[in-house]
Amino acid sequence: MNGFFDMPSDLQHTWLGLVGWHLQESLVPVLAGLLVALPVAQLCVRFNWLYPPVLWITTVLYAVPSLAFFVVLIDYTGQSQTTVMIPLALYSLVVLVPAIVDGVRSVPAETNAAAVAMGIGPVRRYLRVQLPIAVPAIFAGLRVATVSSISLVSVGALIGNQGALGNLLADAMFYHRPILAVSSVVTTAVLAILADALLVLARRLLTPWQPPGARAAARAARRGGRGAGRPSGGRPHSRDAGEGPAPALERVP
Amino acid sequence: MNVFHFVQAFFSDGAHWHGYDGIPRRMVEHLQYSAAALGVAAAIALPIGLVTGHTGRGGNALAFVATAARALPSFGLLVLMFVLMGLSILPVMIPLVVLAVPPILVTTYEAVRNVDASPVDAARGMGMHPAKILFQVELPVALPLILSGLRSAAIQIVSTATIAAYVSLGGLGRYIVDGLYQRDYEKVVGGAALVAALALLVLGLFWAVGRAVVSPGVRRR
Repeated sequence: MNGFFDMPSDLQHTWLGLVGWHLQESLVPVLAGLLVALPVAQLCVRFNWLYPPVLWITTVLYAVPSLAFFVVLIDYTGQSQTTVMIPLALYSLVVLVPAIVDGVRSVPAETNAAAVAMGIGPVRRYLRVQLPIAVPAIFAGLRVATVSSISLVSVGALIGNQGALGNLLADAMFYHRPILAVSSVVTTAVLAILADALLVLARRLLTPWQPPGARAAARAARRGGRGAGRPSGGRPHSRDAGEGPAPALERVP
Repeated sequence: MNVFHFVQAFFSDGAHWHGYDGIPRRMVEHLQYSAAALGVAAAIALPIGLVTGHTGRGGNALAFVATAARALPSFGLLVLMFVLMGLSILPVMIPLVVLAVPPILVTTYEAVRNVDASPVDAARGMGMHPAKILFQVELPVALPLILSGLRSAAIQIVSTATIAAYVSLGGLGRYIVDGLYQRDYEKVVGGAALVAALALLVLGLFWAVGRAVVSPGVRRR
């Protein structure tokens, strides 16, 4: 019982089993959040008045601590996986909606107009024009949602050992084995970083028109533009930061 | 019985309002942990964010640090530090600071870097010292975004300070952790309601601070 990969038998899982369980418990909510966020964001884009109240609701929801969320849900869904996954899905939703709205709003008006002029209907325009252009912004949101979801699952250990790799932490305390805590923290962090890297890779594959060096090139252009007086306004989505609540883009337990 | 009955029962019980395990004492403990962690995190992240944002360099390094810090699970870090260091305030401070640094660092950097170039160029043209440009031109314009970064850090700290109770420290998490062990659901829900209320209070506080310190000219834009 000294190794990094040797698990105490009360967890009833191997190290790989815990990793699989952890990924399931953290990624399914992000996926669910994405599926709900897409139509909600589209409604916010279509009806502009809807966005500020949605932004306020999501900010307030985000302020509710995960542990508080878990324990309140115990009354309805018991000490189960579902109890952990529902708050995680809500948090993902909260991160993803502003990201998608910003992304779809950043589509240039000329591009939309060109699509309309070519006779592309609203559904196809959404799927073939707006969503692909919004991919970088959506993936920025997905990265934050995924990483925080992976690290939040551990808190589930507090409500009846539903924390996958987090369950190791309780054992680390009971048996006084720091190596178990090290195993939990390191494995979770590595999972989060791997998931993040995979999302970056997927974003690159989905946006082949943006070469890998595009960001650096854009930054260089921006820096050069400072002296030459670049058009004011900065990036489009930093615009309304002063008014409504800017989306809080991260959360760990 | 639903959640609201539990909350009502918890708050109407006079025994919860005074003494060692009373709400005022737990609330003060919770605020102490949170304020200390936010102070340390801001002292680390604000200067770095301001300077890197001003020079526009080091963005990739910052993004890397932020991703790495975000990937570390707070709860795991807390237990690990506790097992390694024993009972003190440090095992709680370390995860809370690690948690709060990325949002402050990244938003401050982005906020200062995205300040409209023309006023900055004008200030430079007038011969302002770089430090003066940073504090008198860039900082006031970037302030709303910087505050939003501090706000999300503060809310996360307040919610997360709950887990300090798991390693035998105080704070509002005491009610949640003790309630779970004692199968006293009323206590659990009462504690959860208190933490949520405190988080919303912080949200309101930052809104008020924003109204007070952000220049009207910047706000109106």
